[in-house]
Amino acid sequence: MNASRAAFRLFLIPVLLWLFLLIVLPHIDLLIMSLRGKNELREPVWTLQNYMNFFTEPIYWLTFVRTAIYSILTTAITLVIGLPTAFYIAKVGRARMQGFFMILLLLPFWVSELVRVYGWMILLRESGVLNFFLLKLGILHRPVEMLYNDATMIMGLVYTSMLFMVVPLVSAMDSLDDGLIEAACDLGANKLVIWRDIIIPHCKPGIASGCIVVFMLSLGNYLTPNLMGGKNSLWFTEQIYNQFIASFNWNQGSAFGFLLLALSSLIIWAGLKVTGQKLGEAAS
Amino acid sequence: MIRSLPRSKRYTISYNLFIALYFVFLFAPLAVTCVLAFNNSDFPSLPWQGFTLDWFTSPGPARVGIFHDEENLRSIWVSFQTAFWVSILSVIVGTCAAFLFEQEEFPFKNALYFLMLAPLVIPGVILGISILLAANTAGTFVEDATGIDVSFLRPSFWLVVLGQFSFITTFVALVVSARLRKFDRTLEEAAMNLGATRLETIRLITLRYLRPAIIGAGAVAFLMSFENFNTTLFLVGSKPTLPINLYLQVRDGSTPVINAISFLLIVGTSCLALVNLFFNKKNA
Repeated sequence: MNASRAAFRLFLIPVLLWLFLLIVLPHIDLLIMSLRGKNELREPVWTLQNYMNFFTEPIYWLTFVRTAIYSILTTAITLVIGLPTAFYIAKVGRARMQGFFMILLLLPFWVSELVRVYGWMILLRESGVLNFFLLKLGILHRPVEMLYNDATMIMGLVYTSMLFMVVPLVSAMDSLDDGLIEAACDLGANKLVIWRDIIIPHCKPGIASGCIVVFMLSLGNYLTPNLMGGKNSLWFTEQIYNQFIASFNWNQGSAFGFLLLALSSLIIWAGLKVTGQKLGEAAS
Repeated sequence: MIRSLPRSKRYTISYNLFIALYFVFLFAPLAVTCVLAFNNSDFPSLPWQGFTLDWFTSPGPARVGIFHDEENLRSIWVSFQTAFWVSILSVIVGTCAAFLFEQEEFPFKNALYFLMLAPLVIPGVILGISILLAANTAGTFVEDATGIDVSFLRPSFWLVVLGQFSFITTFVALVVSARLRKFDRTLEEAAMNLGATRLETIRLITLRYLRPAIIGAGAVAFLMSFENFNTTLFLVGSKPTLPINLYLQVRDGSTPVINAISFLLIVGTSCLALVNLFFNKKNA
């Protein structure tokens, strides 16, 4: 009995140290920091000023709203492309090929995000590879800058988060019984009805976990908006970075950080609520 | 519509075309990056001017290949060290967490489990700034109290390790838990009936069984650490990791050396991912 208490402590102590020192305390510190500021005499005081700045300065809350809307848009596009792809891999393509497709799908995502974004940059920029071919083919007469606009930025975000949508969708569709689709087809249902009444309802857990992960990754992304969106990307993580590193205003940066954390938690909570899932199920 | 049902020719062809385009989309940036690493030109762009290995082996001064590029080599080495320590630490603590949540019963277990999943839904940028804040608070506190300046609490190598460890451990814990759940606990009971203590049983029986999952999780932790950008960005000190160093170079303009590094990264991570996949298949 004594030895098993010892084992319990051996497991518990490192886990508690990890969660409290590196997760709980830092986030409490973030909240405290966001509520601190200086008064007219430059003395440190408790204040809501950092949050007030966010609401009174349009550039801040507009960036915030813009980031949220574009993240939702990214999630929607990823879902629309991900559904047919996952369906092909799970149900349409040859069964023997499934393992091979999964490897193909995973490989690009093992490579650093920076390398992938860099690849898109040399493809799309004014002196890039795509422009070279379009000029050669006579489709364009002078090179066009395809980087640094919102559409390219969204495409980059979709590309970066694709995997996290397709993999849960494939595993959800794998567990769908072919017989259900066959039966529906025999009874005269068309493709639209089959998708609406059979496939989508069955894949709901996969759709939920895919959407949650993609949304969170887009919202918290810094590299892709910064490098592909350029100066006009106006992504909220860049505001946080600017406050922390450029202006050295940690109080303001903490308030922004806390707002972003609140938004992502809220949307994830809502997503889980709508689909009736628990965080543990969505994670695994 | 699916494998077992008759399909129209147009449906099959257009679906196959869609999937082909999808994989072109997935691999285009990586392929272009790799090909341009061997182009005999001072810029990573077309036209093709012949094959060269300059960007790998040239000693300078006009062209400095990656094998002679001190700064980039140093950042690769820093990334290796970081990933090494992160994977060791996260495997140890993650395995403890797996045992704790799969085999022990204690008050507030669900709350602690929920807390363990939290890093999955906290954007990496937020994790970075809150750990930066907490480390700064702790460092100031220690300095005020004792007059000792604790260097690892300022942005530095060890702070990066801690920051990456804080969320990678969750992934390790989930992977190891999944395998531990399939473990036949009567084996442990038998060992304990025969006189082994709990810790001996874990060391001789359970950890042996978990080994493939632990190795796999360690490899994933290594890759995640090696390519992490968001959390590292805020914690990095005078020794940048490879993704940070590459980011700074890409932002300020690019040379084919970046392509050469990307090529090595793509080949390296693909090999590691394939080996990992192979081991998983063998043990499945």
